[in-house]
Amino acid sequence: MSAENAGNDVKISCRNVWQLFGKGADRFLAKHDNKPTMGQIVSAGLIGAVRDVSFDVHQNEILMIMGLSGSGKSTMLRCITQLLKPTAGEIIFNGTDITKVSARELNNLRRHKMGMVFQHFGLLPHRTVLENIAFPLEIQGLDGNERIAKARELVELVGLAGRESYFPRELSGGQQQRVGIARSLAVEPDVWFLDEPFSALDPLIRREMQDEFMRLQSKLNKSIVFVTHDFDEAVRLGDRIAIMKDGELVQIGTPEELVTNPADEYVRAFVENAPKAKLVTVGKIMNELGSVDTATEPVLVGAVLEDVAKRVMMSESAIPVSNKEGKLVGSIDREKLVSVLFAV
Amino acid sequence: MIAEHAIAKLSPAQKRRRNITHALIAVAIIVIGIVAKGQFAWVAKFPRKWVVPLKNWITDFFEWIVYGVTFFEGKSYEFVPTDVTRGMIKIFEYQLSFTDGLFFNGFRIGVDPLPWITVVGLMAILGHWVAGWRMAIIAGGSFLYLSLFSVWAPAMDTFSLVLLTVPVVFVIGLFLAIWMSRSRRIENAITPFFDLMQAMPPFAYMVPIVVLFGIGDVPAMLAVAVFAVPPVARCILLGLQTVPHEVIEAGEMAGCTPRQMLWKVKVPTSRSTVLVGLNQGIMQTLAMIVLASLIGASGLGNELLNSLQTLRLGQALEQGLAIVVIAVALDRLSAAYAHKPKQYIDKSLPWVQKHRHLVFAGGFLVASIAMAWFIPSLRVLPKEWPLTTAPMWDAGIDWVLVNWYDNVQGFRNFVLIDLLIPIKKFLLSVPWPTFIGLIILLGYRMGGWKLALTVGLMITFPLLMGLWKQTMITVYMIGSAAVICIVVGFPIGLLAARSERLSRYIILMCDFFQTFPSFIYLIPVIMLFKVSDISAIIAVLAFALVPMVRYTNLGFRNVPFNIREAAIQQGATRWQRLIKVELPLAAPEIMLGINQVIFMALFMVAITALIGTQDLGSEINRARTGNKTGRALVAGLCIAFLGMIADRIIKAWRKQHDYQQSRNT
Repeated sequence: MSAENAGNDVKISCRNVWQLFGKGADRFLAKHDNKPTMGQIVSAGLIGAVRDVSFDVHQNEILMIMGLSGSGKSTMLRCITQLLKPTAGEIIFNGTDITKVSARELNNLRRHKMGMVFQHFGLLPHRTVLENIAFPLEIQGLDGNERIAKARELVELVGLAGRESYFPRELSGGQQQRVGIARSLAVEPDVWFLDEPFSALDPLIRREMQDEFMRLQSKLNKSIVFVTHDFDEAVRLGDRIAIMKDGELVQIGTPEELVTNPADEYVRAFVENAPKAKLVTVGKIMNELGSVDTATEPVLVGAVLEDVAKRVMMSESAIPVSNKEGKLVGSIDREKLVSVLFAV
Repeated sequence: MIAEHAIAKLSPAQKRRRNITHALIAVAIIVIGIVAKGQFAWVAKFPRKWVVPLKNWITDFFEWIVYGVTFFEGKSYEFVPTDVTRGMIKIFEYQLSFTDGLFFNGFRIGVDPLPWITVVGLMAILGHWVAGWRMAIIAGGSFLYLSLFSVWAPAMDTFSLVLLTVPVVFVIGLFLAIWMSRSRRIENAITPFFDLMQAMPPFAYMVPIVVLFGIGDVPAMLAVAVFAVPPVARCILLGLQTVPHEVIEAGEMAGCTPRQMLWKVKVPTSRSTVLVGLNQGIMQTLAMIVLASLIGASGLGNELLNSLQTLRLGQALEQGLAIVVIAVALDRLSAAYAHKPKQYIDKSLPWVQKHRHLVFAGGFLVASIAMAWFIPSLRVLPKEWPLTTAPMWDAGIDWVLVNWYDNVQGFRNFVLIDLLIPIKKFLLSVPWPTFIGLIILLGYRMGGWKLALTVGLMITFPLLMGLWKQTMITVYMIGSAAVICIVVGFPIGLLAARSERLSRYIILMCDFFQTFPSFIYLIPVIMLFKVSDISAIIAVLAFALVPMVRYTNLGFRNVPFNIREAAIQQGATRWQRLIKVELPLAAPEIMLGINQVIFMALFMVAITALIGTQDLGSEINRARTGNKTGRALVAGLCIAFLGMIADRIIKAWRKQHDYQQSRNT
């Protein structure tokens, strides 16, 4: 599930994606050879919502796109799903560049391969829970009984059994989002897109929904692009995090990579309060093997700091680190641990 | 758009300089105008030979269509345009004969119309289905009133016309709105036509309708449609455009085709706004019913005109009330239906239980018809039964005339001689280059060159048509009425905003005056004030006051509570709060109210012309009697342009104002 074992199985590949808003954006971009600076964009009266962003989404990974409001994260998501046509760049989905496909093909792709969850749910107010969930199936052209049966399964899955005939306005925010989630999963999509799905919810409900999300993912094992402005959420749920700022991709990597090696001050400010003890593994910070008492029981290279902290802190001397096979690969002492955890 | 923003971005010093420049230009325009008036005859009076004979061209064009052209001449299938128009009429007449038969005529094969008891009962059941017992009583009660007050047959005639017109208006409005929602370009192309249709007095386009389609219920329906379609389409368009963004995206992600998006996502999601559009259609149709009777609509409107012409005021009043009653019943029903939340119906229930109201209505239909068969008074009320209040009203009016006449004359003479006539003389003495120049300057000040050009062209039109004097008189009438409306309406609206209890009564009065046929105001006013400008202005006032009150109320109510609280916290007195906080925040709505006042006043001007004013309205009126298509349309356009000039300038002002406010926050 993590980035390493996802391997090279690339699901979506975004190549040099640009999204400029304003009149004559494409001509402007061509004129500047697809490499305008921020200054040039502003002085042309355009808004650079997404600027030259490239990244891959691997099979079965959860990629979080993180950024503050106005950073272009939702716009980037809409470029991937083609809700917005990018000004330039390619979006390669299962090997085809979907910026170039016909409207009919795109619709087909959306009907069968994509599911999306929206921040404010985007439910149809005139339809019941069941009818909302069945909506994408109806658009697919599935017949009445089949789609209702399928929708009932999904109601079960998201824990809304008994509320099939409620209207959205009769549900709480959390319940509405469960409907949104069920609807997005109805067509059994290849890739699941979530646009700040829990941002509109109360903190307690948000926590509950995050757990729910993890539970579903452990069952379904989808490839996921998840947009959030909440770094804790990104760390909690994501395999990898792409941090955006002013339309640019600042850094992309696993939470551990971001924490141990932030690309700039902007990323550093985010990771400062991240639960490092839960994210950083011993291998990432260990010293060379050196003159360690090899008789001491080693700690595993893949263990997170939280799990080894007590032993390291209690020990006067460095403790050896071994890999899975039991081979010693390095050592760790309490000075190193303290300096990483408390940034001193 | 750039222009307004540019103005808002100016620094205070630049703004001051701009104000001074504009003031100097205004003075220059005035001085040059006055000097030129003394020097050149063509400034003092626009020469007749310069007038563009547009009205003759239009009249000729219509005559050519009606009498002069034959398609496929000599062939066996030759036809003239009127064959087509009359053919269209036939289609609708066929439908109309069915509803007419159902409600008041009966059918030729010997079937009677529905007994009154059936209609009253069905309306009550409909009311209950839409919104419970209260609505059942309102709907049933309204129709009971119609039967008790001896207006049943004409009321049903009108009702049947409304039942046919409203769906036609609604469907046209719906499809226009859908078409306009496709793209900005289409919307921008159609909007000016809507503006024109709404700003043009109905009398003006009634003339070509009569020329092409003849006289009768169906041509009247057409005139109603011209009047009612724009607001319906606008309302539905608003609904389609305000579907939440994410709902549309959800539809796109589900892979909707454009057609699926429209019918499965957009239209159902904006259901309540679309239905408010239907409600608008009903109200507009009823508002036009009396005017429509001038070109042959039968029913209440026609009866009312007859009563007025024979000076049976009490009776006219009752017939007017009947129109209000139908309007109120249909308005409440459709409004309640628009806001009725969709209820889930358990699909496993047996059919009868799922459609209880329908079953009950069917049962009642059969039972009541059977009952009416045996008890004739349930079928048609006996002549001696119906109630009437007409003698009471007549007596009341007589009393007022006898006792108040002298006082009223004094008041009338004062207002007329000391206020109105001087204003009129002043306006007529303003040289036309000055007036046009000042309008252009105002347009430039509010919205830049584009607006200046637009309003400049619109105000020059009456001059070129040779209708300058009539236009100035119209401006004077509208101006005086609008000023009075603002002075009177503002405090009433403010009062309504301040008190929950008063507000309810005031809004009720507003509803009443808006649907009460405007003709009726004319008669008592004429009796008291005789045929004069003052009568016309008072009649305009009664009609155009409503939006001023409504929008002032709305504006003050929309001032956010936290802002008001902040002002109180800062120790502002009531007066300071009003002037410094609430008034600026309510200003956009109030200006919208003034905008509406002007439109309604212009609408009434065409009607007041019936009592002999000398403005553009009378021009249309004279054209109407002679079927002079061109004359009517040209004068109608002049009125429409006056309204649109005010509209454009006020909207530009609002844009500036909004932009400044958004910059401040």
